[in-house]
Amino acid sequence: MAKSTITPRSDLILFLGFTAVVLLMPLWLQPFGAAYPDLMQKFAIFGLFAIGFNILFGQTGYLSFGHAAFIGVGSYATVWVFKLMTMNVIPAMIFGVLVSGVFALVIGFVCLRRTGIYFSILTLALAQMSYNLAYSVLTPITNGETGLQLTTKDPRFLDTAMEAGSGIPPTNVFGIEMSAWDGLFGFYFCAVFLILGFYISIRITRSSFGSMLRGIKTNQTRMMYTGLNTKPYKLAAFVISGMYAGLAGSLMAAVDPLAGAERMQWTASGEVVLMTILGGIGTLVGPVIGAAVIKYAENIFSAIDKSVLVELFSFMPDVIGSGLAAVTSLFVGKGWHLTLGILFMLVVIYLPGGIMEGIERIKRRLFGKDHASNDA
Amino acid sequence: MTNQKNGISRRSFLKGSVAAGAALSAPALWVQGAYAGGHGFRNDPTNKATVTLGFNVPQTGAYADEGADELRAFKLAVKHLNGEGDGGMMQTMKPMNLKGNGILGKKVDFVTGDTQTKSDAARASAKRMIEKDGVIMFSGGSSSGVAIAVQALAQEMGTIFMAGLTHSNDTTGKDRRRYGFRHFFNAHMSGAALAPVLQAEYGDERQVYHLTADYTWGWSQEESIQKATAAQANWKTVNAVRTPLGAGDFSQYITPVLNSGADTLVLNHYGKDMVNSLTQAVQFGLLDKQVNGKDFQVVVPLFSRLMAQGAGESIKGIIGSTGWNWSLQDAGSQAFTKSFGQEYGFPPSQAAHTCYCQTLLYADAVERAGTFDPVQVIKALEDHEFEGMGNGPSLYRGADHQVFKNVLVVRGNQNPSSQFDLLSVVDIVDREQVTYSPDLYAGDLGPYKV
Repeated sequence: MAKSTITPRSDLILFLGFTAVVLLMPLWLQPFGAAYPDLMQKFAIFGLFAIGFNILFGQTGYLSFGHAAFIGVGSYATVWVFKLMTMNVIPAMIFGVLVSGVFALVIGFVCLRRTGIYFSILTLALAQMSYNLAYSVLTPITNGETGLQLTTKDPRFLDTAMEAGSGIPPTNVFGIEMSAWDGLFGFYFCAVFLILGFYISIRITRSSFGSMLRGIKTNQTRMMYTGLNTKPYKLAAFVISGMYAGLAGSLMAAVDPLAGAERMQWTASGEVVLMTILGGIGTLVGPVIGAAVIKYAENIFSAIDKSVLVELFSFMPDVIGSGLAAVTSLFVGKGWHLTLGILFMLVVIYLPGGIMEGIERIKRRLFGKDHASNDA
Repeated sequence: MTNQKNGISRRSFLKGSVAAGAALSAPALWVQGAYAGGHGFRNDPTNKATVTLGFNVPQTGAYADEGADELRAFKLAVKHLNGEGDGGMMQTMKPMNLKGNGILGKKVDFVTGDTQTKSDAARASAKRMIEKDGVIMFSGGSSSGVAIAVQALAQEMGTIFMAGLTHSNDTTGKDRRRYGFRHFFNAHMSGAALAPVLQAEYGDERQVYHLTADYTWGWSQEESIQKATAAQANWKTVNAVRTPLGAGDFSQYITPVLNSGADTLVLNHYGKDMVNSLTQAVQFGLLDKQVNGKDFQVVVPLFSRLMAQGAGESIKGIIGSTGWNWSLQDAGSQAFTKSFGQEYGFPPSQAAHTCYCQTLLYADAVERAGTFDPVQVIKALEDHEFEGMGNGPSLYRGADHQVFKNVLVVRGNQNPSSQFDLLSVVDIVDREQVTYSPDLYAGDLGPYKV
């Protein structure tokens, strides 16, 4: 890799560009029909999740197939603080991140004894176990399939000390409700964490700790022969990554105070792997792009049905229009998984480095070889 | 690596950049706020030519068949509301304030979504409808877990949710919400309606084995059936085993039944789960067995024609309860079955019926309230008496937003005359018999204004 082009200056530009793009989402997503709070919150939350996942997978090369478990643990911990203490999200989120960090420490300690496929299978097994526990065994804590919800009878002892209103109070940050500004406050709240998480991930990547992690990815055996104990580094990366996921789970609960077991299912863990690969493994921005693409497909593509397509193609002659609508309707609505699958296959086959590689190639075309691969 | 020479002003630059970014995005806030601002309630359609409803149904997963039928019913209801087609139940429902010109003169439009039978996905889909598509009411269901989750969302967002297929007591029990309404019957009513019939058919003192879908609906149905049959006929529970939703293969759960000493199996399953578990129970020869000197029996407390279709031969002779069946002879059922049949070529399911009714009931309530303001619409729906919608005189009880109406006890048809004639009605249980106190499953509706 041509490392020579990475300078603090280029990182700064990258960070500023990222910040601007994220904060201006409500404007530039408008033409895509995605500028509504819930979806933008999802972009930010899953972006954060994917960034955290990438710190483990992209840097150390350890493919965790059970990362969704941390999201779930973060969500449950957060909702419990809502139920017991206060609807202010800050203490709840701190608690959520801490609990998922501890959980990651335990899981990581067990799983990191193995490498490669064995590590992946171990994480998958433990995560699926957590899912099943949350789904049925731990029903008193997790409320099973229905999901943990707030009720008017929750103690919330910090809130009730201050005021006694009717109904369930909304989640808030020191009085500013998450749904304020037509829901945009919730988005900006998540966006701030996304930007913060992105900044931390740049710093980790550029630090000596980051090089150590990449050393593990390149050749762990060699590192151990030089007398280094790689375990603390791996475990640290795993816990950091788990805390990112916990933060994502906490944010989910903060903008939508509910925690469900399906957040921990293996499909959710697989989704973040897809996001990272689709966007570009080991790149800084790639995972966020991957997360946005998948969430966009899930929420927008899945809502298009045949009547919309017929309207879309109505400018064409009737036969061609209805034919096109019939064919394309297979790929939208409930067929959105098909679209995503095809996109994923195309990316993996032609752009093994993900969407980021595509962007690099275009850059190279446009500006010549000088600007090649700057690892962003 | 980090170049420290450049790092002096960098940190402050970073801080500044965040502030700059926030400042940059400030206009976006005002732009967003401008077109939604100054409202009395969310998504007020007063200044628009059309009004949008959201239909959030499972299009994938164990309840996909029900979801597809619900969607058909919703589309049909929208047609009828807009004055297209033959009007269906709009000819029979009483009181009737709909004019066939949309709702309050506004043409009805709709958007759809996929709940995937998952709470998170359902809430995301509902939020899209409310935030992006601007729906004034949303409906849908199949799976009580989902219904309860989106009903809580409805309360948070201040948008009315007219629940579709959800049979758990919790929906209008401990998880009831001011903005959630249920037309479908529930597990308690199933128990109350079934117990006398089961006693008459299968006798007293049976040893019962429950297989139960492991979520709110399964739990509440298991409890209701146990209570009702214990009180009515002194049936005892040998064992109650929870099975995961969408398990697919139930053989590992059915094998232990054979040696449990039970002479009755109650399947608290629905959708594809019920099709699979019942088919496997029959294949395992449970129905040919004799235990404790009694013929082994299988009971499926919640039945639907769609499931009967899936289960094929296995369903014959099996007793269960259902909210509605197309073979009912009253004018409302006939009108609905006729227009549904003309549109799609086959009769509607109970899921379709409840979703169709819910849409008309909402529209009618808006007409009576004279406004789309959810607070007024809720008040119009509460304690509303209506009839002509297939279940006799019905009441939308204000205390828990549950409809009380007649419940059907049905049996899988031994000699079906057509591929749709799968259920024969054993008994139409009067609404009085299934009515219970709203405090039985205590809950709190919450405030009108959110």
